[in-house]
Amino acid sequence: MTLLAARPSATTGRVRPRRRLAPGRPVPSGFLLGPLLLLGLWAAASASGWLDPRFLSAPWTVVTTAVELAESGRLQDNLLTSVERVALGLAIGIPAGAALALVSGLSRWGEAVIDGPIQIKRAIPSLALMPLLVLWLGIGEVMKVSVIAVGVLVPIYIHTHNGLRTIDSRYVELAETVRLSRAAFIRRVVLPGALPGFLLGLRFAVTTAWLILVVAELINSTSGIGYMMDLARTYGQTDVILVGLVVYGLLGLFSDAAVRLAERRTLSWRRTLAS
Amino acid sequence: MATHTGELIRVQGLTRRYGARAVLDGLDLEIAPGEFVALLGQSGSGKSTLLRALAGLDDDVAGGGTVAVPEQVSVVFQDARLLPWARVLDNVVLGLPRAEQRGRECLAEVGLAGRERAWPNELSGGEQQRVALARSLVREPSLLLADEPFGALDALTRLRMHALLRRLFEQHRPAVLLVTHDVDEAIALADRVLVLGDGRIAAEKRLDGGTSTTEIRAELLRALGVTADL
Ligand SMILES: Nc1ncnc2c1ncn2[C@@H]1O[C@H](COP(=O)(O)OP(=O)(O)O)[C@@H](O)[C@H]1O
Ligand SMILES: [Mg+2]
Repeated sequence: MTLLAARPSATTGRVRPRRRLAPGRPVPSGFLLGPLLLLGLWAAASASGWLDPRFLSAPWTVVTTAVELAESGRLQDNLLTSVERVALGLAIGIPAGAALALVSGLSRWGEAVIDGPIQIKRAIPSLALMPLLVLWLGIGEVMKVSVIAVGVLVPIYIHTHNGLRTIDSRYVELAETVRLSRAAFIRRVVLPGALPGFLLGLRFAVTTAWLILVVAELINSTSGIGYMMDLARTYGQTDVILVGLVVYGLLGLFSDAAVRLAERRTLSWRRTLAS
Repeated sequence: MATHTGELIRVQGLTRRYGARAVLDGLDLEIAPGEFVALLGQSGSGKSTLLRALAGLDDDVAGGGTVAVPEQVSVVFQDARLLPWARVLDNVVLGLPRAEQRGRECLAEVGLAGRERAWPNELSGGEQQRVALARSLVREPSLLLADEPFGALDALTRLRMHALLRRLFEQHRPAVLLVTHDVDEAIALADRVLVLGDGRIAAEKRLDGGTSTTEIRAELLRALGVTADL
């Protein structure tokens, strides 16, 4: 028995080598490798003159342009306008979507009245509403914030409502046996139970908000990052367009990270499962 | 349909139907205050149906009869049924205002002092079921309904839970209706053992020391349709 249990020593030279099929160890900071490689190619192509700056500016031009735009204050002004639009749209769309989901999830009448229209709205891309909203509200801030709010409302509603509907009926039964009041039931069972769904909706909502913002700013607008980029297009300034793209990318990245942070904070009871 | 009494728990002519089939069919049952009753029955015999009727959880089921239970009824389910997003203490005092102190005491009684801030899924199955017991106790029930509360636990944990339940029962003295499919569990814990069959109480044994437990065990198994070779 002891012989069987003992590990064959490597010096016997008869150890069957293990066939490794998994990809192996992760490359340290591997996720940076691809982007850095692309950046290197881009720089090399620009430096050798092979890449026409009218087609794509050199990386260092983009950096200096960004610095110039920041020094003149144009970048900050436009950025602030864009962020304000998204923040307002989210501030209106998120509570509205969550409230509608609650009403629709907690009462059959509410569901009958609310769910249909939102499912129909879901089938229509929010951007397709823009012509109508422009006619109603003009091309000003109200229109832009409205498109964002309406677009954000849908994913918040869908995922929160789904979260509500999938709360385990056993918890409802428990709430009945301990005689929870309606208010306590909503606070202790419904809201925490729907929170994971709501947060998932929030991630979609944030992405949607930036997407709509880009379009709203590229069409009829006189301020914002999108406007800055569209103006640059008419002058053929690819460096300014690239600065705008980087800013949009960073904004999307940061807001997604913020939602994920909120998710980790509020769903800490779940982390114990994952870890 | 349920009326509240301070004392006797009385069920008369209880009928419950799923479709055309009467799961409970004119069942009569009385439980004295502070009495520990175990309910045995084959799987599907209607044990849970009876317990849900006593708990008032079956508005949606067809049937008739009268059920008189005390005001304070607590239920322990087979799964601990703790809200995963609420900490242990919050689960215990769920729906009770300003009951933190009593909640702590009840947790200490079930041997979980110091785990107040834990999340339910950080606890073992046995510990979760003890939290569920604490949640029932903190409400000072006159009737404790338990539907196979130890069914999902391993044998060793189950034995420990038996001792705990019996001790808690002796301290707080609620009437208990414990649904189980385990004859030995019923004998170990209860003052009286009922067997559910054909929608009624088909057999009844009192454990007052008069008859030997071996004999009672054999009779209960026979009533359950198991021919025991002892
Ligand atoms: N919600 C339900 N709908 C239809 N039939 C049910 C329902 N609940 C229980 N039954 C049936 O009633 C019978 C008794 O169920 P139950 O009381 O759960 O049995 P036990 O707890 O004794 O195993 C079973 O045949 C079961 O299939
Ligand atoms: Mg059952």
